[in-house]
Amino acid sequence: MAIRSFLILFILFFFSSLNPILSLYEDQVGLVDWHQQYLGKVKQAVFHTHKTGRKRVVVSTEENVVASLDLGQGEIFWRHVLGSNDVIDGIDIALGKYVITLSSGGSILRAWNLPDGQMVWESSLRGPKHSKSLFLVRTNLKIEKDNIVIIFSNGRLNAVSCMDGEVLWEKDFEGESLKVQQVIQPPGSNLIYVVGFASSSLFEMYQINALNGELLKHESAAFSGGFLGEVSPVFSETVVALDSTGLILLTISFQNGKISFHQMPISNLVKDSFGPAKIIPSSVTGIFAIKMNAVTIVIRVKDESKLEVVEKTNHETSISDALSISEGQQAFALVQHASHEIHLRVKLAHNWDDNLLKESVKMDQHRGLVHKVYINNYIRTDKSYGFRALIVMEDHSLLLLQQGEIVWSREDGLASIIDVTTSELPVERDGVSVAKVEHNLFEWLKGHMLKLKGTLMLASPQDIAAIQSMRLKNSEKSKMTRDHNGFRKLLIVLTRAGKLFALHTGDGHIVWSHLLQSLQKSKVCQHPIGLNLYKWQVPHHHAMDENPSVLVIGKCGPSSDAPGALSFVDTYTGKELSSLSLVHSVAQVIPLPYTDSTEQCLHLLIDADKHAHLYPKTPEAISIFEREFSNIYWYSVEDDNGIIKGHALRGKCTGEVADEVCFDTRELWSIVFPSESEKIIATVTRKLNEVVHTQAKVIADQEVMYKYISRNLLFVATVALKGSVEIGSVTPEESWLVAYLIDTVTGRILHQVTHHGSQGPVHAVFSENWVVYHYFNLKAHRYEMSVIEIYDQSRADNKDVWKLVLGKHNLTSPISLYSRPDVITKSQSYFFTHSVKAIAVTSTTKGITSKQLLIGTIGDQVLALDKRFLDPRRTVNPTQAEKEEGIIPLTDSLPIIPQSYVTHALRVEGLRGIITVPAKLESTTLVFAHGVDLFFTQLAPSRTYDSLTDDFNYALLLITIVALLAAIFVTWTLSERKELQENWR
Amino acid sequence: MAAVTPLLLLLLLSSAPSFSSGSRNAYNINGRVKIPQGLGLGTKGYALPGRMSNVKVLLNGGQNITFLRPDGYFSFHNIPAGTHLIEVSAIGYFFSPVRVDVSARNPGKVQAALTENRKGLSELVLEPLREEQYYEIREPFSIMSLLKSPMGLMVGFMLAVAFLMPKLVENMDPEEMRRAQEEMRSQGVPSLSSLLPGGAMN
Repeated sequence: MAIRSFLILFILFFFSSLNPILSLYEDQVGLVDWHQQYLGKVKQAVFHTHKTGRKRVVVSTEENVVASLDLGQGEIFWRHVLGSNDVIDGIDIALGKYVITLSSGGSILRAWNLPDGQMVWESSLRGPKHSKSLFLVRTNLKIEKDNIVIIFSNGRLNAVSCMDGEVLWEKDFEGESLKVQQVIQPPGSNLIYVVGFASSSLFEMYQINALNGELLKHESAAFSGGFLGEVSPVFSETVVALDSTGLILLTISFQNGKISFHQMPISNLVKDSFGPAKIIPSSVTGIFAIKMNAVTIVIRVKDESKLEVVEKTNHETSISDALSISEGQQAFALVQHASHEIHLRVKLAHNWDDNLLKESVKMDQHRGLVHKVYINNYIRTDKSYGFRALIVMEDHSLLLLQQGEIVWSREDGLASIIDVTTSELPVERDGVSVAKVEHNLFEWLKGHMLKLKGTLMLASPQDIAAIQSMRLKNSEKSKMTRDHNGFRKLLIVLTRAGKLFALHTGDGHIVWSHLLQSLQKSKVCQHPIGLNLYKWQVPHHHAMDENPSVLVIGKCGPSSDAPGALSFVDTYTGKELSSLSLVHSVAQVIPLPYTDSTEQCLHLLIDADKHAHLYPKTPEAISIFEREFSNIYWYSVEDDNGIIKGHALRGKCTGEVADEVCFDTRELWSIVFPSESEKIIATVTRKLNEVVHTQAKVIADQEVMYKYISRNLLFVATVALKGSVEIGSVTPEESWLVAYLIDTVTGRILHQVTHHGSQGPVHAVFSENWVVYHYFNLKAHRYEMSVIEIYDQSRADNKDVWKLVLGKHNLTSPISLYSRPDVITKSQSYFFTHSVKAIAVTSTTKGITSKQLLIGTIGDQVLALDKRFLDPRRTVNPTQAEKEEGIIPLTDSLPIIPQSYVTHALRVEGLRGIITVPAKLESTTLVFAHGVDLFFTQLAPSRTYDSLTDDFNYALLLITIVALLAAIFVTWTLSERKELQENWR
Repeated sequence: MAAVTPLLLLLLLSSAPSFSSGSRNAYNINGRVKIPQGLGLGTKGYALPGRMSNVKVLLNGGQNITFLRPDGYFSFHNIPAGTHLIEVSAIGYFFSPVRVDVSARNPGKVQAALTENRKGLSELVLEPLREEQYYEIREPFSIMSLLKSPMGLMVGFMLAVAFLMPKLVENMDPEEMRRAQEEMRSQGVPSLSSLLPGGAMN
């Protein structure tokens, strides 16, 4: 008896030593997770390079980021991500210490402290009308030590003090049809010119006193030919414009308030001119550029009216803004692209023929063309001017060039990821990659002694630092081969620039990157858009020698009938295997669960005319497809009309398109939501590759419930039309939210629930037999999360083993369109504190491990929430049996435990999506969150029950074993001696 | 900042109607975020990650986002009348979302309440409900934690068997002992239950 109780004590002891909360110690940061910060494509850059202090460049980007970068290394000093509808219109540096940003269509002006990024002031600008034209003009006007900035937005000219953001004066431009084109402030004067077009053929000029906003002069003159597009200022009182045909250049001068036009047909300047031109505005005095088709022409303006072509080139050309380097001298940069190199030239504005600087820089082809260039000067040791150029490339990367070399580069394309997939790494073979073994036994022992010291809390700060660096440097995790646990993979990401990156999950480094040919601007495809990534070839078993590849799907232009484009990319090498320009459009892509003999996955592309196209276009694929012809169903959602339709295949295409792989489709069913009362705001299905381990769930009293597991379940959320607007403008009475569960093969609505007084946005996740969704409850004015679980009632009688074998089964029950599936649903709702940006669920190889919800909160953090908190069987007072089963007592809101933030103290700024990928180890799942930042980590929702953790102390184990062996010998000899003595007695 | 009494921090939450031609009913919401120094447990053990410049204030789930001025004040411009939700995102702190009613009828009056605990606010001063500790704190070394580890238990169990077992054997009746030994011999292969005196007794 004594020993039995001892054993129980032992077991209790053992379990109490396990930590119930799964979380991270601070020294474990960076062991399995990595975090990368990006900015997005740079829209504008302003340098700050004074003699004292650190040299910086302040940038604004298309991801609405304003950031200050170290000019030396390209690191981020500080960064702010503004709201998604708070688009940055302009930035500047004022007073040498503030960064001024104009955003939200010219209505919000903010100043940030340059050294640390603290917001200093914010002011709101309003105007009489909404207009697109926006200008932020830096002036050197000083009013009692204060600088002013001139801002034209929404039809009003504002002068704002840089010190505190106070509006000093404002002047409205009420003219109905007036379109302001430029706001010019001649340097060294107190005048501001506002020029624009009114009623398409009238040129208007306003002269304003910059100190008080007084209107000094207003002139207008008509030009019968009309105007086209933008104007480019060439001198302080002269602008250049194009007439409405785009064939004649107009030099408009408004010196002394007299407006005069001077016409110059482009054909007089350029012999072989073709088609209408477009002005590329530049701020360089006396120089502007026009573009005709692919030809760029740089024109110099001499005096008032003399135009002179100085350069005509077929190469892609970018011109920087003017940089005044000394009194009255302006420099600017020209960048031209030539196959493998870019040519950078810096010239003085008044002296075209000489170059201040001429450099050629080797450029990786996978960066594409130069889109923008910004220059900055420094004084060399020999007192001459040196220039550095910041260039923005087609793939959204940012590079700093100095002295003919790339000083640093940033892959800011990764801030705008469209789609993510994963790929396995190559299998480790002899000579592929050799693991670095520990140098010698002494090193190994020393390492473990350090670890032991660490666990015993005896380590000095230096030791701790040594341990930390030892753990982080672990070369294992960034090896380029597959590992036993499946932690090392390649993340293949497609960015908005049409570039494909492969990131290593170990440390996040870029393995390869490839600018896709199919997603580049070309004659046939003017506005290519990347859409999706799919696994094309996943070799295992018999096609082991092939490299895996991915399929990239894009289309030309935003319209729904734009032709599609496909690319196939090898994921080991990053080579584009082939690319296709499709004749049909791509409305929907259905990856089919069939593969051919080379492990290529079959994909069905549905076009806008509801034809289905099969890829790959091989006879083998067609034969596989025809075998499964009648088993293929899909659905389509038309958000605008509120219709969900189910489709199936009918037969080969008829009519003019005689294509082996084209198939006609037929509509099976449709669900039409009343358009006056309901609007579809969210549709979610299960992940295609999700694995469900068990179909049954044993509940407390030995009862069995069968999960209703179907790949064809669709969750749809609709809201009342009034509730589809933003929070804050509807009352609870006029808004409701309806959640549906729809079978996408039969079109039957299996479940429907209405949440009165609720509204969107709805974020939902579907897994196994449950769906969790997040919405806003207007009555309580809090966010809510609901769970719906769906169970198969037709198998509920199968309670013992015999009935399970012989009883009713999913497969044996007749499937008919007319028989209603016997299902029951359980649901429950809880309050949730935060707004949500994305929800995902952990996924593991076999689906045994319990699940966690990964919630991307509004604060750009990712919270892991155990699915047990969203269990409809939770009650306020669970019975003893239920408690043993692990049911948590019901609370009205979901707990937020800070330790369960998987992003710990980091933010994934601009969070857009969370992706989970199973590792080979059942307990572990890989999580990748992307937005402006990238974050990756490994999660073990039920702790790593199937492997030892990283901090497992092997040395302690060895010591214990040695101690035990020693003890055995000691006790053995002791007992021998005792026995001998007893025998002698 | 700590020296300033809360009374002086009044004012705030003015929703003066501001003229705008675009929308007739546009108001401003002004408020303040106050992070007391050394709230709760103190910040020992991890660096205070949330600086004031990284605090964001979000209206209606990210529809508008604004930042704090050095003194903690923030404002939303051009907000229509209605019931709005303000959230504060600050690394290291947990803020309750705030329900703010901007009424069109009496523009001077604005109501605000924390949604987490339904506490009304007389002024829009947002304070964190608690600090958030993202990391587990390593427990200092203790002999108990060593004993509790699987290895410690192994050693402990062995010691217990080595020293307690002979005691148990000693207390046994010599006759019973002999019987057990005979039984053992007769069986040939000793089984676990016969080896343990407790098991043999059952």
